[in-house]
Amino acid sequence: MNGAHDMGGVHGFGRVVPEADEPSFHAKWESRVFGLALAAGRAGQWNIDMGRFARENRPPADYLAKSYFEIWLAGLETLLAERGLVSADEIEASRPLGEPKKAGGILDRAAAEALVSRGRVAERPASVPARFRAGDRVRAKNIHPTTHTRLPRYVRGRVGIVERLCGCHVFADANALGQGENPQWLYTVRFDARDLWGAEADPKLKVSVDAWEPYLEPADEGP
Amino acid sequence: MSHEHEHDHGGSHLSEVELRVRALESVLLQKGYIDPAAIDVLIEAYETKIGPRNGAKVVAKAWVDQAFRRKLLSEPAQTLASLGFAGLQGEHTTIVENTPKLHNMVVCTLCSCYPWPLLGLPPVWYKSGPYRSRAVIDPRGVLRDFGVELPDDTEIRVWDSTAEVRYLDLPARRGGARRSSLPSSPGTA
Repeated sequence: MNGAHDMGGVHGFGRVVPEADEPSFHAKWESRVFGLALAAGRAGQWNIDMGRFARENRPPADYLAKSYFEIWLAGLETLLAERGLVSADEIEASRPLGEPKKAGGILDRAAAEALVSRGRVAERPASVPARFRAGDRVRAKNIHPTTHTRLPRYVRGRVGIVERLCGCHVFADANALGQGENPQWLYTVRFDARDLWGAEADPKLKVSVDAWEPYLEPADEGP
Repeated sequence: MSHEHEHDHGGSHLSEVELRVRALESVLLQKGYIDPAAIDVLIEAYETKIGPRNGAKVVAKAWVDQAFRRKLLSEPAQTLASLGFAGLQGEHTTIVENTPKLHNMVVCTLCSCYPWPLLGLPPVWYKSGPYRSRAVIDPRGVLRDFGVELPDDTEIRVWDSTAEVRYLDLPARRGGARRSSLPSSPGTA
């Protein structure tokens, strides 16, 4: 979706302000939201792409007004409500207002330890050969799905060079919609800044994105 | 996104967001959807065990051990796993190396993707609008905000982490680091 989360190239945000010796969390509630969101994902059976979409899919003003972990909280509430696990009324009441639905599972201590130490590999065996090779000129498609996508607006319609094949990975756009993993070849595509931002751009700057094959077309077709 | 943080004043006053998180956690518990022991494991891991010290060990070892450096660059996944730095948000890590003529920067313009096992959870500035918006269009300006001024002829390469590949920049060694001051066995401390 063309949401406020897609920030590359937006003007007006101001200076970057680093914080010395920054803690992992700035308040206890932030750490609780973090832990709850990861743990409840097991009960709610949502995947990482559904989680990202739940966070970014909100009115731009709301997205920009919320702090990072407030967005996590809002996303978590959305995911729980969508699945009928926890309603907004229950959060207001601070207690269940009906019988619990059967959960998809419970993340216990051992599963939490395994999640931290092993993670969730996104690469899958390839069933078809890759369409592009390193060095190929490709155009990022000019597409504007209203659903989840990981193709940022600032590269859409632009031509870049395939730098590296990253393997065949779970396709975020399909996975976020519950359409299965639909693994696709993933490429690191490098753009010259002048092709992204115009003739005045820094001639010494190159920017890359990691793009799944369905985002790309040969540069000599289209746009 | 807003950078204002709720601060714990130690009294009975709880902010709206604190109350809401407490209420949500209580409902999740009462409905049997979460195990508090798992929540503790997740928070403790990123508060006390996993942080930028891990990445610093990798960088320090690469600076003094050329065989390790070559292996780290050519087989990052296996090399990092052998040090115990694998896991969530580090499943597909690539190491990018700075040289005197090339400066790498890593961003996630769409959210906050970051190599957790090496650097911990992302800092606020990395997740913020200023960094996410400007890193891809004005990286020299962003570096100046950090007090870093690069010569005009230094190439800049920005890696936007738009999929599940995570990037760690291996900075060029600048004098100071000495073998004797570095851990002999990174990953064990």
